[in-house]
Amino acid sequence: MELKETLLSSYMAFDAQDGPQRKLQDQRAAAIEVFEQQGFPSNKEEDWKYTSLRALTKVDYSVFPKEEVSLKLEEVKQYILQDVDTYKIVFVDGIYNAYLSETTHEGADICLLSAALTKRKYAPIIKKYFNQIAEKEASLTALNTAFTNEGAFIYVPEGKQVEKPVQIIHFATTKNPKLLLQPRNLIVLEKNAELQVVERHQSLSDNTTFTNVVTEIFTEQNAQLDYYKIQNDQSQASLIDSTYIAQQKHSHAKVHTFSLGGKLIRNNLNFYHKAPEIISTMKGITLIEGEQFVDHHTLVHHAHPNSESHQDYKGIYAEKATGVFNGKIVVEKEAQKTNAFQKNNNILMDDKASINTKPQLEIFADDVKCSHGCTIGQLDEDALFYLQTRGIPKKEARGLLTYAFANNVLQSVQIDSVKKRINKLIAEKLGVNIGFDV
Amino acid sequence: MLSIDNLHAGCEGKTILQGINLDVKPGEVHAIMGPNGSGKSTLSTVIAGHEEYEVSQGSILFNGEDIAELSADERAHKGIFLSFQYPVEIPGVTVTNFIKTAINQTRKAQGLEDMPANEMLKKIREKAAMLEIDSRFLSRSLNEGFSGGEKKRNEIFQMAMLEPKLAILDETDSGLDIDALRIVANGVNKLKGGENAIVVITHYQRLLEYIVPDFVHVLHEGRIVKSGTKDLALELEEKGYDWIKQGA
Repeated sequence: MELKETLLSSYMAFDAQDGPQRKLQDQRAAAIEVFEQQGFPSNKEEDWKYTSLRALTKVDYSVFPKEEVSLKLEEVKQYILQDVDTYKIVFVDGIYNAYLSETTHEGADICLLSAALTKRKYAPIIKKYFNQIAEKEASLTALNTAFTNEGAFIYVPEGKQVEKPVQIIHFATTKNPKLLLQPRNLIVLEKNAELQVVERHQSLSDNTTFTNVVTEIFTEQNAQLDYYKIQNDQSQASLIDSTYIAQQKHSHAKVHTFSLGGKLIRNNLNFYHKAPEIISTMKGITLIEGEQFVDHHTLVHHAHPNSESHQDYKGIYAEKATGVFNGKIVVEKEAQKTNAFQKNNNILMDDKASINTKPQLEIFADDVKCSHGCTIGQLDEDALFYLQTRGIPKKEARGLLTYAFANNVLQSVQIDSVKKRINKLIAEKLGVNIGFDV
Repeated sequence: MLSIDNLHAGCEGKTILQGINLDVKPGEVHAIMGPNGSGKSTLSTVIAGHEEYEVSQGSILFNGEDIAELSADERAHKGIFLSFQYPVEIPGVTVTNFIKTAINQTRKAQGLEDMPANEMLKKIREKAAMLEIDSRFLSRSLNEGFSGGEKKRNEIFQMAMLEPKLAILDETDSGLDIDALRIVANGVNKLKGGENAIVVITHYQRLLEYIVPDFVHVLHEGRIVKSGTKDLALELEEKGYDWIKQGA
């Protein structure tokens, strides 16, 4: 059976089950209809021109885990930030793991979507925000909506600054092979609220896994969001991440995406401006090798005046790795005095590596500053020679230059523990000891 | 120390050096002068080991060992240092981190442990003070946005840190005002001990007032056409290079 057919029949079973999904019946029914009509995106669609899901959709995935798996901390410790005090929302094969988690309801709600869906006190929040900014016509987002029953739920009330970062971690184990995971996250920052989040999806084996995650984020007036996505998965793990952020006046939302490993990674990162004077920042480092594939599709929708967006994506592609960057910036007619900056710089380390990069600007206002630049190049031979004359061997010199190339994206990381972790991962990938910390 | 015999070399199929002979002994200072395009920078680049340059004939021995097949970093590990005419900008790596990496990679190649952090710091402070380098300068990205003079001073700072056996200074005087020239020359002269040798490549005689050479060689069309003492540099300053070109 085609994966699409499998999913449609799984939906019937899922729909008949008792669970938090019951609360979303109408929205899920509408969503499955969208998926049924559209199916998986194909290369014929402009947004999926360079990204093929054909291999992925040939696998016979199941949406139901066969068993609940318990993990020892020792088995997964390396994937959890340990040197900083954090809240943790941990899932194993899609099921919440209380033992590895640390949630709270003090000051802010950092808990589970299933809880938020079923407890009466959260009903107004769910009603106001759930599925309100996610793109209803996007088939993969619709698929996720149709199967919504679990994920992270974070609600930060007015004026609250959550002092500890929140880690959202999904593990996939060997016990449930060929599992299609569809977590759904909902994050709301009320006025003047502040929050840091680190999100990670990690397969614990070289089994085929496929994650289709959707995250909706709302930053109300003057709220500050600082979000990190660490994507360093096994070579048979694929991830489609659709993140939708709705921003209100004076809010600042920052997202860093570190794509360092996986079979196929697609990031749909979307910012929607709902008021004037907003800042949106998105930065990324992609460093992949082998036949890995990473696609960044960003969208900033400037709909009101006096706002800014900053994009800075660095890509390093070795061996036969392939990258896609598509940065769409829409500036509506009302969005005068918009400043929108976009940079995408790439280094191809080998002849067979490739990147398709495309800025996509749709500007309807006349008083705006927009700049975009993309570069594709190799490491500078003169710089390599210069480093070698100082006694730095070629391999290390290449590592150092590559590291330096990516460095200004790392510098804006606010959580030291994340910065150190990424620094170490990059050094490992480059196979060098660069001999210093950031 | 450095013994170059009948060296023919070039790049992209073009032979630029047409039979260089040069012998540099420990403790000596040699100046190589010559008009633009005579092959001065090519000579320094070939000695340092740029991959794109091919040696088609002749040999380069360093302390008796043929180094023609060694990579640039291996030559650096043996004690050869090249100060660049145009140092490369490396955004994202600070001067301090860069020099630490360079020193520890060299030590690693020599089978030594990393230099202890406090010793490194002390040495950096000492050499920076000698070259009158502000400590804020050390935390800037390597050569990025540096003035011409700052770049050259930074080259000599790296030389002072690495303490090479043979330092080749390619047009180190260009871009320096007279005060900076004196500071840089002072740094170079500090290296000049019993065992270290220096090759100064320059277009003008000016630098040689501060770094006094034992020998002066004139390069023209890829050959050394005249050698002499420091008086030769003065003669060149007075008469210009046309005199040499005609003689050749």
